[in-house]
Amino acid sequence: MNPVLVTASRRYKFSASHRLHSPLLSDEENRELFGKCNNPFGHGHNYEVEVSVRGEIDPQSGRVVDMASLDRLVLRLIVDRYDHRYLNEELSEFRTEIPTTENVGRQIEKRLAEAWPFVHPALEGIRVFETERNMIEVEHCQADKPKRINE
Amino acid sequence: MFITRKAEFSASHVCRNPDWSDAENEEVYGAAANPHGHGHNYVVEVTVEGEPDPVTGMVRDLKEIKDLVNAEVVEPFDHRFLNKEVAPFDKTIPTAENIALEIWKRLDGRLTNGSSRLHAVRLHETSDFSVEVRR
Repeated sequence: MNPVLVTASRRYKFSASHRLHSPLLSDEENRELFGKCNNPFGHGHNYEVEVSVRGEIDPQSGRVVDMASLDRLVLRLIVDRYDHRYLNEELSEFRTEIPTTENVGRQIEKRLAEAWPFVHPALEGIRVFETERNMIEVEHCQADKPKRINE
Repeated sequence: MFITRKAEFSASHVCRNPDWSDAENEEVYGAAANPHGHGHNYVVEVTVEGEPDPVTGMVRDLKEIKDLVNAEVVEPFDHRFLNKEVAPFDKTIPTAENIALEIWKRLDGRLTNGSSRLHAVRLHETSDFSVEVRR
């Protein structure tokens, strides 16, 4: 173990509305599967996104990441994009994909990974809290990260 | 299996690199560079990895973890100005990263018992920022 490798996690918030409805299912099946979340007018959440980065502590600054740069990146790519939006109707990625927490998380991880401007630290993964009780976690797969057995 | 024990301490710190100008410090650390210092209610989570003991059913006696964390972390850090009162922060900048690493160094090796050992130290500086050191 290299004890100087550290994970730093920062949380961001956005509020958005969505509706869970699959075009592959009947209206009745959708109601049964998604319950209240299938309400045709949509509903909203205060989402929290935790972005985790992993790297060595810079000996000059004592930091793993330049927090101001990370904040600017996440605000520009994620918060500005999703805050106070109706995800199903206003975001191209959710025209075809149901905006479940899982898919929201996958989209956020993808957007961050594609635009990741830092050589160090690496994006380790993200967590999306839809409510205090519902959380999903998306790990960022890196080429140099050994795959788990059975993967 | 992982078991985690939480502890809290309140402390002040200032993040400044003495080799940098005021403007450079301000740019890197923002408000945390204020030379008078400022404080946080830190929350530290200490995670031990192991299997439940067949006799006690426990991975580790939580009181043992609590007592060690109290002695090594809470007592020396709580209600202190870290830069001025707690080594090594007279020389090392007490960012959350360096505080978490120092806590790791103080605990690692002392929580090894049979097959169980320290797995991770997670330090929450605020509800929006945390740092984890792990094996």
